[in-house]
Amino acid sequence: MNTKKISDSIWYLFLAGALALPFIPGGIGNTFHGHVLTMVLLYASMAQAWNIISGYCGQTSFGHAVFFGIGAYGAAMAVVQYNSLPWFGAPLGALAAAIVSVLISAPCFRLKGHYFAIATFAIVEIFNRLFMIWDTVGGALGLDYPILDDGWLNFSWSSEKNGYYLGALFLFVLIFGIVRWIESHRMGYYLRAVREGQETAESLGVNSTFVKLSAMALSAGLAGLCGAFFAQYNYRVDPPMVMSLDMSMKFVLITILGGLGTFWGPLLGAAVLIPLQEYTRAYLAHLGSGVDLIIFGLIIIFTMIRQPTGIMGLIRRFALRDEDPAAKDGDL
Amino acid sequence: MMSSFLQVLLDGLLNGLVYALVAAGLSMIWGVMDVINFAHGEFLMVGMYVSYWIGFFLNVDPLYSWIAAGIFLFILGAVTYRLIIRNSLGKSAMAPLLATFGLSMVLKNFCMNRFTPNFRLLSGTILEGKTISVGGAILSVPQLVTALFALVVLGVLYWMLKKTRLGWAIQATAMDSEAAELMGIRTENIYLLVFGIGGACVGITGGLMTSYLAVYPEVGSLFSLIAFVVVALGGFGSIPGALLAALLIGLVESFSGFYVAAVVKYVAVFAVYIAVILVRPRGLFGW
Repeated sequence: MNTKKISDSIWYLFLAGALALPFIPGGIGNTFHGHVLTMVLLYASMAQAWNIISGYCGQTSFGHAVFFGIGAYGAAMAVVQYNSLPWFGAPLGALAAAIVSVLISAPCFRLKGHYFAIATFAIVEIFNRLFMIWDTVGGALGLDYPILDDGWLNFSWSSEKNGYYLGALFLFVLIFGIVRWIESHRMGYYLRAVREGQETAESLGVNSTFVKLSAMALSAGLAGLCGAFFAQYNYRVDPPMVMSLDMSMKFVLITILGGLGTFWGPLLGAAVLIPLQEYTRAYLAHLGSGVDLIIFGLIIIFTMIRQPTGIMGLIRRFALRDEDPAAKDGDL
Repeated sequence: MMSSFLQVLLDGLLNGLVYALVAAGLSMIWGVMDVINFAHGEFLMVGMYVSYWIGFFLNVDPLYSWIAAGIFLFILGAVTYRLIIRNSLGKSAMAPLLATFGLSMVLKNFCMNRFTPNFRLLSGTILEGKTISVGGAILSVPQLVTALFALVVLGVLYWMLKKTRLGWAIQATAMDSEAAELMGIRTENIYLLVFGIGGACVGITGGLMTSYLAVYPEVGSLFSLIAFVVVALGGFGSIPGALLAALLIGLVESFSGFYVAAVVKYVAVFAVYIAVILVRPRGLFGW
């Protein structure tokens, strides 16, 4: 069996299992592991959205909290300020996130290396502080959701959380599906060509500016959709919650831990880090605050020292051990 | 009107000098090794805690305990290099940055866990509450002392880089580490030393700051962001560039805070940075 078939069968098996879960009693419902699984799917989707521009296209953005936040505010504004449905706010927020990302990136893509990274940090800080003082969007207090009827119309549930799980699964299928499609189509080759060598790609007729900007817009729009879900799930939104450097770093760390620029990396990273964080927070609380983040930090340090290609790099090393040794050089 | 202008100007310059001292170590590490030390702000926080606890338990004034903070942070910097940076350098472009981000999480949350998130301010320090008046503007003495220290430390650093054999070795390593190695420079030791010196600079700053600023686990976050911006604005490892950029950032902060609104001052700071960097992508003094 070739790798494509193996990859396909893993993908469909995974989807079937994930879809069946809420219909098993105790599968999701109102359980704590239901919450953890929902978060795994959400963060995997966010990381995959980030992976499009930073993994496949090689433009490391530390600014995705801005796009995530704009999407979150899109949904929250529709519900809280306009008494409307999140179904209108979410796409508008995602669209706004995509537009903002293009406006920011067009000039910033000229910056190289650390200069680009620091510029994206600064942009997160600017947006964070602007939203803090912008009264229309609730300022520093943020937006609190009113009590709403349960159900798909308001996309809100107070006890049975199956709806949230299915929503996260929808995001997951959408974003991972898009990336699967991109990987095997012309756009995917363009993205990787720009990553491996922008000048070379241009000499072969690839319009690298267009490729980078469209990848950024897609990545930011999808991150915005995840943000909208996040606002619905938490029932509130405020700037430090969605538009902070820490949020930006989550996109980065999950993907890097799983494997940058790989299809399964974001899911693997989220499947390790999110349960770890949620369970340590729940079960190590007696050790005082911050223990979960200390462990998180130690894992990051250890990964960067021992296994910078992430879990996917580890899997590949084992999978390719008996095969073509030249394939090993393709690691990452 | 005139006096408030002078006040804002002097405040901006003093703050800028302090930022320059915070950024100096970061700039040096970046310049020599092309590494962003993401835990830089947390190093500052650790330096503040060192001098706070020495002041609290041993009753030593920050005016003296900055020495201990500097030494402690020199060691912390060197250990960070040995354990984290050396093992993540060259593996991927982002590995050292993300590894030091992990370190910043560990340091911040360790202090959160041990020392609680409370704000801690030393009372009864020698310089506490002292002010002097310069042409109608009132300056806080502890801040003035820290700013003067910044000038001295930056001067010593610049002199060391330009005039001593060690400084030449550091410069040679920064330009081409392989060639430097062939000339008999132990680049490994240079890196260790650069990380140590970078830590010591920020430790001294933190040690002095406790005489007028409260210490808490999150105190480093804003300073580290400003330090990143200062270094990127000044350009790649240039100490004079960092000084000039820090003064510019300090002035933008105080003028926008006073003449526009206090809440927009950091928006202005980061916006000015973005505006400059788009015109000069490698900073004011970058090459």
